[in-house]
Amino acid sequence: MTDFSYTILIPLIPLLVFLVTGLLGMKWKPIVSGVIGTIGLGISFFLSLFAAYQYFFLTASASGYHTIIPINMLWLSFTSTLQIHMGVLLDPIAIMMLVVVTTVSFMVHIYSLGYMKGEKGFQRFYAFLSLFTFAMLGVVLATNIFQIYIFWELVGVSSFLLIGFYYDKPSAVAAAKKAFIVTRFADLGFLIGILLLSYYTGTFDFVKLNQPGTNLFVGLAGVSFLGISGITWTMSLIFMGAAGKSAMFPLHIWLPDAMEGPTPVSALIHAATMVVAGVFLVARLFPIYHFQAPDVLLFIGYVGGFTSLFAAIIAITQNDIKRVLAYSTLSQIGYMMVALGVSGYGGKAGLGFTAAMFHLFTHAMFKGLLFLGAGAIIHSVHSNMMKDMGGLRKYMPITHFTFLAACLAISGIPPFAGFFSKDEILVAAFNSNKLLFYVEYITAGITSFYIFRIYFNIFWGKETKYEHKPHEAPWNMAIPLIIMALGATFGGFIPFHDFVTSNMKPFAEGMDIMVSLPSVAIGLVGIAVAWILYKKENEMPARIAKRMGVLYTTTFNKFYVDEVYLFVTKKIIFNRIAKPIAWFDRNVVDAFMIGIGTVTMKISYKIKNLQSGELQQYAFVFVAGSVLLALLLLYSLGYH
Amino acid sequence: MNFLSLFVLVPVLTITGILFTRDLKGARLVSAVGMGIQLLLAVFLVLYYLSIRGAGNLHEMVLTADYSWYPSLNIHYFVGVDGIAVAMIALTAIVIFAGVFASWQMEFLSREFFISLILLATGVFGFFISLDLFTMFLFYELAVIPMYLLIGIWGSGPKEASAMKLTLMLMGGSALLLVGILGIYFNSAPNGGAYTFNILQIAKIHMPIAAQRFFFPLTFVGFGVLAALFPLHTWSPSGHASAPTAVSMLHAGVLMKLGAYGCFRVAIYLMPQAATQLAWIFIILTSISVVYGALGAIMQKDLKFINAYSSVSHVGLILFALLMLNKISMDGAILQMISHGLVTALFFALIGMIYGRTHTRDIREMGGLMKVMPFLAVTYMIAGFASLGLPGFSGFVAEMTIFVGAFQHSDLFHRVASVIVVSSIVITAVYILRVVGKILLGPIKNEAHLHLKDATWSEKLSTITLVIAVVGIGILPLWLSDTILNSLHPIMERLTAYLH
Repeated sequence: MTDFSYTILIPLIPLLVFLVTGLLGMKWKPIVSGVIGTIGLGISFFLSLFAAYQYFFLTASASGYHTIIPINMLWLSFTSTLQIHMGVLLDPIAIMMLVVVTTVSFMVHIYSLGYMKGEKGFQRFYAFLSLFTFAMLGVVLATNIFQIYIFWELVGVSSFLLIGFYYDKPSAVAAAKKAFIVTRFADLGFLIGILLLSYYTGTFDFVKLNQPGTNLFVGLAGVSFLGISGITWTMSLIFMGAAGKSAMFPLHIWLPDAMEGPTPVSALIHAATMVVAGVFLVARLFPIYHFQAPDVLLFIGYVGGFTSLFAAIIAITQNDIKRVLAYSTLSQIGYMMVALGVSGYGGKAGLGFTAAMFHLFTHAMFKGLLFLGAGAIIHSVHSNMMKDMGGLRKYMPITHFTFLAACLAISGIPPFAGFFSKDEILVAAFNSNKLLFYVEYITAGITSFYIFRIYFNIFWGKETKYEHKPHEAPWNMAIPLIIMALGATFGGFIPFHDFVTSNMKPFAEGMDIMVSLPSVAIGLVGIAVAWILYKKENEMPARIAKRMGVLYTTTFNKFYVDEVYLFVTKKIIFNRIAKPIAWFDRNVVDAFMIGIGTVTMKISYKIKNLQSGELQQYAFVFVAGSVLLALLLLYSLGYH
Repeated sequence: MNFLSLFVLVPVLTITGILFTRDLKGARLVSAVGMGIQLLLAVFLVLYYLSIRGAGNLHEMVLTADYSWYPSLNIHYFVGVDGIAVAMIALTAIVIFAGVFASWQMEFLSREFFISLILLATGVFGFFISLDLFTMFLFYELAVIPMYLLIGIWGSGPKEASAMKLTLMLMGGSALLLVGILGIYFNSAPNGGAYTFNILQIAKIHMPIAAQRFFFPLTFVGFGVLAALFPLHTWSPSGHASAPTAVSMLHAGVLMKLGAYGCFRVAIYLMPQAATQLAWIFIILTSISVVYGALGAIMQKDLKFINAYSSVSHVGLILFALLMLNKISMDGAILQMISHGLVTALFFALIGMIYGRTHTRDIREMGGLMKVMPFLAVTYMIAGFASLGLPGFSGFVAEMTIFVGAFQHSDLFHRVASVIVVSSIVITAVYILRVVGKILLGPIKNEAHLHLKDATWSEKLSTITLVIAVVGIGILPLWLSDTILNSLHPIMERLTAYLH
């Protein structure tokens, strides 16, 4: 057996870096924190690669891969069985996520040395990046569902801190708050799901819970509430947490706003890693979803399908390039959810599972690259808006070509990475759910259209006059771009079905030409339309927008989902519940208590005259009372 | 001399010492030394307790000592501690230590201030070591009385009215409590023999259910007033708003726990059968406390009001957890007592420090304080995250234990109540982040704030002490949780006899 206990260092190094730079960072020159952070992450990155090599090539046996738990420490114990551990669990999806998280994080660390140079709070930025990486790795390596929840919350708070990095900007603060509260609301469902699950199964451990054919769920399946079985409730509630982090409709509203954070953060957290935590969670619990709650799994597929189409449509109309990419992220995560939703278990039936993980991997590469590229552009022209860009291919050749590679990858054009993973998803959908297949097929076309819309607008289009001549990214930003571009270009050739499968056993898989040909075709159509509309500046896009009328404005305003939320929180919860409660508390409950005091006081004023000190009065009352008592006595004794 | 009595003796000596000082410098120095010794004693007590338990001492109470001081009514000075009392003593020692340093600049009548403050602490320590109901009640009153002076004299705003309201409501609670305690006393010998106030003895007998049904609510509500049980919580917002910093810290941090601890040690432990029968009424009230307090906090404008409502919610959660009547939830309740004690003391300390600089507690008049006072602002954020139950801080451990415990009941009533209570985690996030966003982040609102200074060394010492405790429990909760769980055996044995 290979010893994997060194993998604990992969999350611990970023934690250590966070503590050191967080506590001591302000005493040093800012760059020191950046360098320490980058070196630390570099070590984690190489350790992850090494772990991946060892795991995939040295531990494989005829029966596939095995779950390895090198470390598991007791953290909190409720009963002898219900215990929370902190540990490291290695299986194919955990290893794959390790590689994804550390790769993108390492690239972002290097990139930020250039991008964030001279920013106030440079060392704070690096401390938070390390904190995030630690938390995310904790999610990936969790051995039990409570450990995942713990790191899940930490991921949430580091996302909050990074979105609100420019904390004197009210919009950034608002966005950070929104992200935290929306995901917290989703996590409420997650938590209740965990509590129900642990009550009925008596354990938090993934290994026990994920056993195919386990009888742990008998109790949970036996109860029902409002006519829906306990297991369906529980797994839906857990998915609610996943949907919050992964920004699935209708919990997606925080992600576009989260673009207020620095662009490297958007690349790392809001494109490549944190937002796919939901996908990872569903994959982590996949055996439960598949065997115990197949109806929830299908529901997940539909949520993913709807979100992917919905977000892609919104992406067409947005003018802020980071927002386009944000909606694109929603849409691509939707693809992954669809893949999980249509997947079976074991062998070729589990193609969807493999496809979801494959797409998670390639998406991390090309979407991370798109964001880093966008960052280079924003760094150069000092604006997020497309109207301030145009013709940049002449000024920024490296950014241009790497960005193009990412655009081709997301559009599913062979041989770029996105083609292979998206194709697998479409095949998996085609085999089991035709409706979802068509939705995803159409979305593929829209995707290549919106992504090439921004591509042409940025690098071709009008010849913008720039105040400062745009400059190519400095080397520390260019190198990550190139490395990520290599991933986005060649990542698709990794034979995922040999490594990451639903039951940890490899299976053979071939192309389905009946699916891949049309999917490439629709990708090309999308590019062509974008080419006609945006290659050279012309009137057509504006005219089309006008012709669409309400349809366009509705889409441009993101179907007014934000307004609905605002109405519910501000108008109903704040003004109709919280304010009245505050009023009620002061003017009813408290006033009642004060009232008791006042009445007591009034009465005591009234009766204080009884103690006047006048002897005559006392004597009178005494005699009168005695007579009254005597009469009563006589009366009661029967003298009447 | 019994070791536990030192916890009363040291504060008394400290008070005596303050009498010999002449000004603020002397008074605060003596207080700091006295409470420093007290903190060391508490640390020693914790270590000693863990070591004897580790060595296999299985007595329900350890370090006991028993002196009769009023034989005709069989009243004793009877002290002793289990893991829970030890934890509460440690909490009190930490909070009063931090409180002394938070009052470092108390210029007005400083000697009298420190004397009253430490007198209050004396009562609290005495309460936690007592195992005789009457002595316990005496200490309880000793803690409540100085509160009136502390708020009425050193407070701010409508301080006399607030002090009056607070004291009268707590006294009302005490009246119920006194009846309850006497009721327990007169039912403490159902099979003949002498009546007793001895908690351990009463815990061995089976009190007639008719008496339990009458005296359980009285005792629970009597203590509940101090724990801000809805609808008897209204002393809290105005009381806290008017109280000086250290008093708010002690009051919300420790005194409210006296109420919860009393509900646990007296009401539930001594009258378990009535507890199982009547819990549902108080589950409803405490569920309301939790959500109502949190919702009440959302639209407040005064920092202290926000925290007072937040305390109503969080202490409501403690009572709620106690009423779930199972081992896990009670473990959570005790953890929450400690966690909330530390976190809320930290909050009130920070609010006092911010108020001392900006001279306002209105959140609309502040903004961007992160820029001018980064230490205080970061600590405030830490307190906020701890309060909203973020992992890594004590609040998370406590809340999760409570929730896991609450979910051990599968009937619909408990489920619905639990879900309502769990939902407070979202509301808490809303009001905490609202405050953080308004006062710490964003642009600076008031030009005058630009020149404010960050924390002084005494303020740093005060807050860092609390932060270390909060983070320590948050990261390594196992030892504390196990200590509490082990001490819950006796009460659980009594309860399980009556739970179906």
